[in-house]
Amino acid sequence: MPQIFIDGNEAIARGALHAGCRFFAGYPITPATTISQHMLQLLPPQGGVCLQGEDEIASIGFCLGAAMAGVKAMTATSGPGISLYSEQLSFAIGGEIPLVIVDVQRLGPSTGSATKGADGDIQFLRWGNSGGLPVIVLAPVDAGDCYRLTVHAFNLAERYRCPVFIASNKEIGLTRESVDLDTIALPPLAYREECPPAHSGRPFEPLAGKMVPPFLPLGGARLSRQTSSTHGEDGYITTDTATIARSIARLQAKLNTLEEEGGIDPVEADCRPGDRDLLLVYGVTARAARTALAQLRQEGARISLLVVRLLYPVPEARLRHHFAGKRRIVVVEMNTGQYVREIERLAGPVPVVWFGRMDGELLDPPTITAWVRA
Amino acid sequence: MTSLLNSQRPPLFCPGCSHERVVQALDAALQRLSLAGEQVAIVSDIGCSGLFDTFFHTHALHGLHGRVLTYATGLKMARPELTVIAVMGDGGLGIGGAHVLSCCRRNLDITLLVLNNFNYGMTGGQCSPTTPAAGRTSSGYLNQLEMPLDICRVAVAAGAPWVERLTAFSGGLVERLAAAISFSGFAVTEIWSVCPGRYGKNNRSSPQQLAREAEELGFAGGLVAENAREEYGSHYRRLAAELPLSAAPAAVAVVCQPVVSDRTEVLILGAAGQYINTAGEILCLAGMSAGLQVSQKNDYPITVLRGHSVAEVVLDPAPIGYTGLTSPSLVLCLAAEGVAKRRDLFPRLQGDALVLAASEVELPPTAAEVRRLDFAALRLKPGQRALAAMALLAEEGRVLTVEMLQAGLAHRYRGETLAEARELLARLSRDRGQAPSQRSSTR
Repeated sequence: MPQIFIDGNEAIARGALHAGCRFFAGYPITPATTISQHMLQLLPPQGGVCLQGEDEIASIGFCLGAAMAGVKAMTATSGPGISLYSEQLSFAIGGEIPLVIVDVQRLGPSTGSATKGADGDIQFLRWGNSGGLPVIVLAPVDAGDCYRLTVHAFNLAERYRCPVFIASNKEIGLTRESVDLDTIALPPLAYREECPPAHSGRPFEPLAGKMVPPFLPLGGARLSRQTSSTHGEDGYITTDTATIARSIARLQAKLNTLEEEGGIDPVEADCRPGDRDLLLVYGVTARAARTALAQLRQEGARISLLVVRLLYPVPEARLRHHFAGKRRIVVVEMNTGQYVREIERLAGPVPVVWFGRMDGELLDPPTITAWVRA
Repeated sequence: MTSLLNSQRPPLFCPGCSHERVVQALDAALQRLSLAGEQVAIVSDIGCSGLFDTFFHTHALHGLHGRVLTYATGLKMARPELTVIAVMGDGGLGIGGAHVLSCCRRNLDITLLVLNNFNYGMTGGQCSPTTPAAGRTSSGYLNQLEMPLDICRVAVAAGAPWVERLTAFSGGLVERLAAAISFSGFAVTEIWSVCPGRYGKNNRSSPQQLAREAEELGFAGGLVAENAREEYGSHYRRLAAELPLSAAPAAVAVVCQPVVSDRTEVLILGAAGQYINTAGEILCLAGMSAGLQVSQKNDYPITVLRGHSVAEVVLDPAPIGYTGLTSPSLVLCLAAEGVAKRRDLFPRLQGDALVLAASEVELPPTAAEVRRLDFAALRLKPGQRALAAMALLAEEGRVLTVEMLQAGLAHRYRGETLAEARELLARLSRDRGQAPSQRSSTR
């Protein structure tokens, strides 16, 4: 098992290359910058394109143009850049443009701390767009996860035609570690469904029984049309209420099957029969939580651990399954309490307690152990 | 050639709007160039100019205000064979100013049409970045306070190799649009227009008057000789083609045995310029050479060559959970800056922890064993301290072995640097053999 020594950012770049990404654009921002640097090493020699935009808005705009040309595209930034991406994110959602967006989170609010980590963007990634339609958010735990989830992110972007976020963290992106990429199980690569010749050519008309329209690339042999405006299946702006309602309903529902059919394991569960408590975490906090879990079990605690990797759409069925019959759910986050909102609405009669901190430092195992004992 | 106008959606503007003349002229220009709809993408953003893409039977992309050039750039880089025409108004010009400047600097083969009607028509005739100070708009006196922007002057200053000012009534409009589209590079064509529904109501201007004023400001003819250069896309691909394929990260072969059997945390406290980050990396590679799992976190300020530099390393035979340090068993104190950054840690160190500190660095009180190293007496430069400290530990078999350190160095360094590092290790080993007293040990 030969190991390599890489950080989460490099793992994302290499995962993207494996996934077939051939276009990257970004604007430098700590702690995401090295993703751009790696992509610049990796893509152009492969015939791909790596650009440094004049700002974040341009960078994601480049990606949207390239994605509409039919290319798998990715961009990477941190919280302040996600703020600037917002208008283009709404476009990617409404225009059903496949795109992978890496957020190597740093401590906020605002410009915050460039070299401090946090998971403070979780709800922002979900809701930081006009219209509030669903997006996909994946949360890696370590460098190996960055590699694997990036491949999944591209698959999901292609299959569901929507922006997919990788919610990394400075503590993953810039932490180097020993990883054996060869032992990481990767899914087969997915590609957006091509528009068959028999299709009407209306760019937003799904095939019968499907929720996601097949893709007509801009610049292809058949004319294609994309718009950020409210549109019907023909890709033209519309004010027709019934058409709008149909379109919005489809965008709202198209990710509903993802938990079951997305090809990704949404939740890592370390559960034993008879466990009464449940510790729930995601992202880099999972690393300390595993150590805390071992300690607590050694002390005799009957406790399970859930590590959520698919943050959005929330894997409701799996979470509810694990919540059933528990005495207590303990949610620990590297922020002031964000994902716990989703847990509270799913927990039913099971009490949910939350612990967390957002001061730029990692949560350590003794802290988590003490919180759970409390 | 046949018209590329969309037969299902004829141009629809306010009565008398000169945008319609531009739509017709653009269609005629595309016909003159014998372009089929599949060969053309019309990209637009918000405002009345944003209606353009719907009137053409071509590929079309309509996006957010001022961002037209961002989409056009990605599209053109991904599909170099496509004729990409970006259309914006004077509103988009203001919002997307940074993109316009950057496109001028880049010189990607995109034709930008700036439809300048001197106001925000769609939102009710507010002043825009191009409204003359004397113009009357629904923004009251606000436009009197600002200079109107001359995009042609700006585009030339920013490096656009093709800049031309026309009016919607220019006699040679079709021919000039065809010339701009044919030009291989970023072509900026400003087209002065009248907005009868808004700006024109209070600011009467005849086509002749518009033409006269445009002519006075200049920029006829397109080509800007001083900015002539290779087109960005072909230049990009030419440079990219010369690049070697990037190699996969080299795997670290397991060649020796570790000396630690449990999770071991090492903290290296130093200053910028002391290769602290590299020392952490070498320690990690040394650990991997002995089959250990490793992780490394660094902490340094945004300044280069000034301030603290801290590396946190974990070595563990088992998979590593938490990547921070709870209880380091080894702390290398190589400069005061690093120690100052982690002062709080020293009182918490365990009695069996080892602190290896440069002789001049003041340490906070600690229960750990403290050993001093006189780096000056050892004739070591600041950049050699970390490696020297690790060499000492390796010789004692503490945390790592000489074999591990050599393997780590061989993985990290090549050629002369590797030879220098090995020579340093050899010299330290000789020196210690001759004068062991140089390693004073005090609390």
